[in-house]
Amino acid sequence: MTEHLSETQLESEMRSILADVLGLSNDVLTSLSANTPLFGALPELDSMAVAGLLTEMEDRLNIMIDDDDVDGEHFETFGSLVNFAKGKLSA
Amino acid sequence: MSFALDYRQYDTAGSIEIALMCGAENASIRILIIPPLFEEMNRMRRVLTTTIRHLSKVSCASYLIDLPGCNESFTPLPGQDLKSWHLAVADSAKTFMPTHIVSIRGGALIDHALPELPHWRLAPTKGASLAKTMLRTRVAADKEAGKISTVDGLIAASGLQPLELAGNLISGKMLAQLLTAEPNPLPNCENVTLGNETDQISGSALWLRTEPGDDPEMAISLSKALAEWCGA
Repeated sequence: MTEHLSETQLESEMRSILADVLGLSNDVLTSLSANTPLFGALPELDSMAVAGLLTEMEDRLNIMIDDDDVDGEHFETFGSLVNFAKGKLSA
Repeated sequence: MSFALDYRQYDTAGSIEIALMCGAENASIRILIIPPLFEEMNRMRRVLTTTIRHLSKVSCASYLIDLPGCNESFTPLPGQDLKSWHLAVADSAKTFMPTHIVSIRGGALIDHALPELPHWRLAPTKGASLAKTMLRTRVAADKEAGKISTVDGLIAASGLQPLELAGNLISGKMLAQLLTAEPNPLPNCENVTLGNETDQISGSALWLRTEPGDDPEMAISLSKALAEWCGA
């Protein structure tokens, strides 16, 4: 099912995952665009939160993430995180 | 009428464990609540406590149990595994005589001691998801401390001595069981998720948060859904 997510559906799923894991307010969520910086800019997103985020992405998007593939760059912006997920979905 | 929170005890494997209780002792509807596991339990504690207070107002008695090695328990956690927790649930049921069983998240991995009773599961999860998050947290903590560790390396090391994962000392046996555990199929079980549909619980996935939070609306939504399910 999740393999056929459109770009918009994937973005919305990633918003909802970020909302659940980080407890972001609606204002922050709706203002997220591809260029919004995440790691280092959102105080909620620390390296501990990344652990929960990765597992939740695996569960909800039905993907497998090898920890060796995870790079700080993937969390730089909302767009880079969505692209990372997109890469795993098509892998 | 609303009841105050109270403590009750149950015996399991030679130790005395605690349950947080709310409601009339002689209530005809008696709900045994199996909490989420590990740090997810801490994150959900407040909402669950508020939920059992609400349930007492509609004549349901609830027993929110502590698993051995968790919360108020004096039992060492490294001696526990999913089997001993399953036994603890069965033993707590012998003491509290529930009519209904509720489990949340990882609680669903150990909630099948009394399959004949009606069960209700909120966002049940596989053990592997819980274990992976804790292992990843440990790898991240190690990295910040200047140590290099890997998920596979940690799993291998857990065979030799208990592993400290996100503040929990977990035995190799527990970790191995978690990595393959899934909620058991039950004949009379409702699986409920979070969301805005009529058969869902409105609220936030507090169990995922790095900071424990509160959600009073969710406690109301949970208690309403549970009261309806129990016929209270």
